[in-house]
Amino acid sequence: MSLVIAESLDEALAEVAAGARPIAGGTDLVVASRQGTVPLPESLVAIDRLIELSGLSGGDDGVRIGAVVTHARLMTDATIVDQYTALADSAALVGSPSTRNVGTLGGNVMNASPAMDTGAPLLVLDATAELHSSSGSRQVILSDLWIGPGATSASADELCVALQLPPRKPLSGSAYVRLEYRRAMEIAVVGAAASITLDADGMVIEGRVALTAVAPTIIEVDKLDLAATTPAVAAARAATAARLSARPISDIRASDTYRSHVIGVMAARAVDAAARRAAGETIAVPVNRATGIGAAR
Amino acid sequence: MNHDYVLNVNGIDYPISTDSSRNLLGVIRSDVGLTGTKEGCDDSECGACMVLLDGQPINSCSYLAAQAAGRAVTTIEGMVDDDGDLALLQRTLLEEGGVQCGFCTPGMVLSARALLDRTPNPTEEEIRIGLSGNLCRCTGYAKIVAAVARAAEQTTEDAM
Repeated sequence: MSLVIAESLDEALAEVAAGARPIAGGTDLVVASRQGTVPLPESLVAIDRLIELSGLSGGDDGVRIGAVVTHARLMTDATIVDQYTALADSAALVGSPSTRNVGTLGGNVMNASPAMDTGAPLLVLDATAELHSSSGSRQVILSDLWIGPGATSASADELCVALQLPPRKPLSGSAYVRLEYRRAMEIAVVGAAASITLDADGMVIEGRVALTAVAPTIIEVDKLDLAATTPAVAAARAATAARLSARPISDIRASDTYRSHVIGVMAARAVDAAARRAAGETIAVPVNRATGIGAAR
Repeated sequence: MNHDYVLNVNGIDYPISTDSSRNLLGVIRSDVGLTGTKEGCDDSECGACMVLLDGQPINSCSYLAAQAAGRAVTTIEGMVDDDGDLALLQRTLLEEGGVQCGFCTPGMVLSARALLDRTPNPTEEEIRIGLSGNLCRCTGYAKIVAAVARAAEQTTEDAM
């Protein structure tokens, strides 16, 4: 096996073009090889030290999060916690402190697990992935990027360099809640993220909801119209719509019928927490810990 | 393919020449020769293999050793104080009875060290989250959590 520690983005892109797989924290690639499920690729290029991939900067245009920004950094970064709170909620739930110290957002996005915690927040926050190759770069919306469990539409020579999130509107809040059987080293049974924008009277102007572990990819609840409702009505509508959008499987963590039911509960709780944050209430990150296991109120 | 690099463990540089696919845990135990770091699950679940990388806990079983080149690795052997005595966290674990078989203890100590460096006066909740990647199958955690709280109290008292 060969390993190149890339010292520049161009070097990394050349290695990827030549067939190397990128590695950052190794929490997917190395763990899978230790488990014996997938051997380490023959050729790896380490990208975790690239300055071009480590930035996290916010401004009037929104925020650009480098692909190798870790979960530990996301859950404590002031811009993410204040404005893109659902993403902080999700990063704080990943694995354990040692996982979060090396696990990266770009790794999550490109690993494309239907159970990834950071995926649903990225969808409701309208994120795009910035993919680079030796021949150029492009922005891809995540619903086009994720095409199946562990599969993306990125071509083999493309590297995810950053995630772009547009600016938040005033009176907006977001939240991610996850059903979990234990409080660490857990994978979502199901999860839901919501982004809610309110008017000055506390009525919902717009809302988006996305779901974890109920379909082959992270999905957004479609045809969800939450405008001109109270947050309580929005939560109830989101619950119904989430159950209709879900296409879950049965596996070791839950049956399909249980997932179909409980995804509605999680969607409603995500909308509730997002609307409370939009109204100015402080709910600590992550919602799961602030309001109880599985985010019961 | 062999990869040549220098691994800094507990402040000492070790020249390493080994296969690129080796994990940090194996290189620390076999090539560097420090066996305080343990292999438990080899699957990034249990935390027995935990070391600090630039002060932050990571699971060394699931980290490629070559990626640690140029960084500071701290193992349990690096926790003793300058006189070679046990670190405060190790003493409070003994005082509270937070050690039974001892297999998880190196990882517990390193996680707790990183927690206290970041949060000198943690709540019980913060201690439990800080240790959430470290599994103990003997004591049941209560005494381990108490030992970390006691170390925090003693550090704070000494500082006053």
